[in-house]
Amino acid sequence: MRVILGLMFAVLALSAQAEVPEFQVVIKDHHFVPAEIRVPAGTKVKLVIENQDPTPEEFESDALHREKIIAGNKTAKVMIGPLKPGSYPFFGEFNEDTAQGVVIAE
Amino acid sequence: MLSSLIIVFREVLEAALIIGIVCAATRGMDKRFSMVAIGIILGALGAVIVALFADVVADFAEGMGQELFNASVLLTVVVMLAWHLIWMAQHGAELASRANKTGSSVREGSEPLTVLILLVGLAVLREGAEVVLFLYGIAAGGSSASMMIMGSLLGLVLGVLVGFALYGGLIRIPTKSLFTVSSALLVVLAAGMAGKAAKYLIQGDFVPALGYDLWDTSALISNNSIAGEVFGTLIGYDAKPAGMQVVFYVVALLLILAGMWWAKQKHPVVSLTKDSQAAAQ
Repeated sequence: MRVILGLMFAVLALSAQAEVPEFQVVIKDHHFVPAEIRVPAGTKVKLVIENQDPTPEEFESDALHREKIIAGNKTAKVMIGPLKPGSYPFFGEFNEDTAQGVVIAE
Repeated sequence: MLSSLIIVFREVLEAALIIGIVCAATRGMDKRFSMVAIGIILGALGAVIVALFADVVADFAEGMGQELFNASVLLTVVVMLAWHLIWMAQHGAELASRANKTGSSVREGSEPLTVLILLVGLAVLREGAEVVLFLYGIAAGGSSASMMIMGSLLGLVLGVLVGFALYGGLIRIPTKSLFTVSSALLVVLAAGMAGKAAKYLIQGDFVPALGYDLWDTSALISNNSIAGEVFGTLIGYDAKPAGMQVVFYVVALLLILAGMWWAKQKHPVVSLTKDSQAAAQ
């Protein structure tokens, strides 16, 4: 019984893990590429942000309630959502003039 | 230059406000300024180390190490503040009467002053690490580096000045009410930090959000404004908090208040009893 339950949880955990769709974003020359990310509304999604600049950047968004530092030449994951349909701006705090982007949930 | 000034100012502001209140709250205690200074130095050193190992920290907990680290530091500070407040609830009256007599300060061994060092050190560490990373980015950036460094220095000075201003304002309050005022300030400060810790735990997916944007007062004071920053630090203001943030805030607030109330009930005049025992012998 216990084994079966354990297996069920493992399968559930795995499927939950697999269900979170991932979206790739690159930071290059203090810009987000793409600057517009379209994600499904109503479900958790994972942004995989690869910082190709040698300098650190802080992914920040008041609308998405997230702030995370990404070291130079490193990749970070940011879980967001579930989001209502709409647009959610974000920016790179360390280079706010150029590093701007928006998540569009639909 | 302006952008670097604002970024550094924001980071320094939080630590400066905390240190300003702590300095005022510990008025009358021996060696408090050297303790605070040691805390700042250790915190700054720690900030450099954390910044150096930022990517190592980040890789912990399946990429959620940064969130876990920030939440842990914040919650440790909350515990330190709670400890300090409960101690003050017990000894505040004694402290106030001693601070009133010129030159007399509370004898050593009163409050473990290491709590003070740790409190200040951790406040500096968390904000400082971000400043160090930012400055490193500027230094590696090239051309406009010197202007940016100037801006950062100005930001640092401005932040520290605000801390001093708060301290200067607080110590004008008569000693007896100062402890009440500073305790009240520290209680909401601690609750606010607990709320902020919850925000990091939600971001790292360690706790459920229990609903985002419980309310939205961005039109009044937005999170990104300087006022939002100041109130965010001082009372834990968030223009649109998640449910779990509010839960952490309220639980921390109630626990600390209960602890202070208990300390007051249980040991109303511990030191007086000791003094009278000593006198009787």
